[in-house]
Amino acid sequence: MSGGTRLENANPLIFQRSGERLLTATDEDEDVADPIDDREIFDIFSKSINDPEHPLSLEELNVVEQMLINVNDEESTVSVEFTPTIPHCSMATLIGLSIKVKLLRSLPDRFKVILVSSQTHLINKQLADKERVAAALENSQLLEVVNQCLSSRAM
Amino acid sequence: MKGALELLQRVSAHPDARCWYVAWSPSGTLLASCGGDRAIRIWGKEGDSWECKCVLADGHQRTVRTVAWSPCGKYLASASFDATTCIWKKTNDDFESLTVLEGHENEVKCVTWAPSGNLLATCSRDKSVWIWEVDEEDEYECVSVVNSHTQDVKHVVWHPTQELLASASYDNKVCIYKEEDDDWECRATLEGHESTVWSLAFDPEGQRLASCSDDRTVKIWKESTLGDGSSDESWKCVCTLSGFHGRTIYDVAWCRLTGALATACGDDGVRVFKEDPTVDPEQPVFFMSAHVPKAHGQDVNCVSWNPKEAGLLATCSDNGEFAIWKYNSDS
Repeated sequence: MSGGTRLENANPLIFQRSGERLLTATDEDEDVADPIDDREIFDIFSKSINDPEHPLSLEELNVVEQMLINVNDEESTVSVEFTPTIPHCSMATLIGLSIKVKLLRSLPDRFKVILVSSQTHLINKQLADKERVAAALENSQLLEVVNQCLSSRAM
Repeated sequence: MKGALELLQRVSAHPDARCWYVAWSPSGTLLASCGGDRAIRIWGKEGDSWECKCVLADGHQRTVRTVAWSPCGKYLASASFDATTCIWKKTNDDFESLTVLEGHENEVKCVTWAPSGNLLATCSRDKSVWIWEVDEEDEYECVSVVNSHTQDVKHVVWHPTQELLASASYDNKVCIYKEEDDDWECRATLEGHESTVWSLAFDPEGQRLASCSDDRTVKIWKESTLGDGSSDESWKCVCTLSGFHGRTIYDVAWCRLTGALATACGDDGVRVFKEDPTVDPEQPVFFMSAHVPKAHGQDVNCVSWNPKEAGLLATCSDNGEFAIWKYNSDS
């Protein structure tokens, strides 16, 4: 990541960012309960999580697409499928962990977060194991890297 | 469903943290809880209510994953993500740190005492299971390190009467260990679960072992016996409870007094199963006797039956609380 370090994916394909969310008539009506929807989840993390190797958002790298997000507010479940920039990328676990942490921090506690990488079963099992995720997040160095991925950048 | 679980009390035991585990003392009068706040709390009954009697806060640097009482009730062991296991000695109403067992490379996931009280087992993400021997001077010595699993070892449990140990792992397998010429070795590997095996429980007689998994099933295993009644040390799956649980099953507990089987599930539910007594014990059938769908606001991590009061069940959750339930089998 720092100067001189060899990038695993030096020339990523960059995708156009989607437009701003369209406001509907009831969005600003305080008396109408807004269920959490796919687009909201997409907005939560796609623009605020950076690829550890590039100053680009996960949306611009096509790591997450709105179509692959499934929210069920009533059942309190969120499932997100993400595509690491390169298959078996060593960064894939870190990106997955960052997405998971961002979702856990952003959503009400009642939500169950299911995160699926389209590439490898190995990463999925690690990310689904809450004990391993909890232990990883107690590692201060790893937590710092995750927080760097999650820190908002100048847009 | 004929039975029911009645909520007696709900306690915020580890606020703003996960409550990972609850354990009843052998006399059934104290409950130990532990969690992500690095603390262990001891709860006792005052009138009708469970109140915090003391807090063991300075033993661990990271999450306390499991606590276990010695069979005599005078000692408490705690396993932590900080790679250590602490042994606490009960003195009147307080606990003092007696010793710290070090050796695992990383997170210790579980600790458990053998029924004799002379042996202790621990397991870790470092894939190993350690057996410790305790002498009269409260000295602990590691007598064996067994590396039979290829991944993270999640849980260890002793047989209720024999010196036989079982472990569950992220590698989807269960291993059974026995001592052989002063060394402990894996004598049987139980394969069948399709994902991480999170916890294990022996039935009251020790003839069967229940395992619960990320594959949303509970499996009941039975040791095969030869014609003369002796064991050939292999275990076979005699029953699979599937279709009952919506998500990962984190814990399973077999009540010593009633034979009821309780589960803790990531779908926030607590369930109690009973065995149909009329069928062949080689092909047992279990039915769901009680189910509380939203027993807690988040994942349920542990279920523990009180060893003295039949039907008293403690559960704990990711939202930091534990709850005490009364199970009635035929309400």
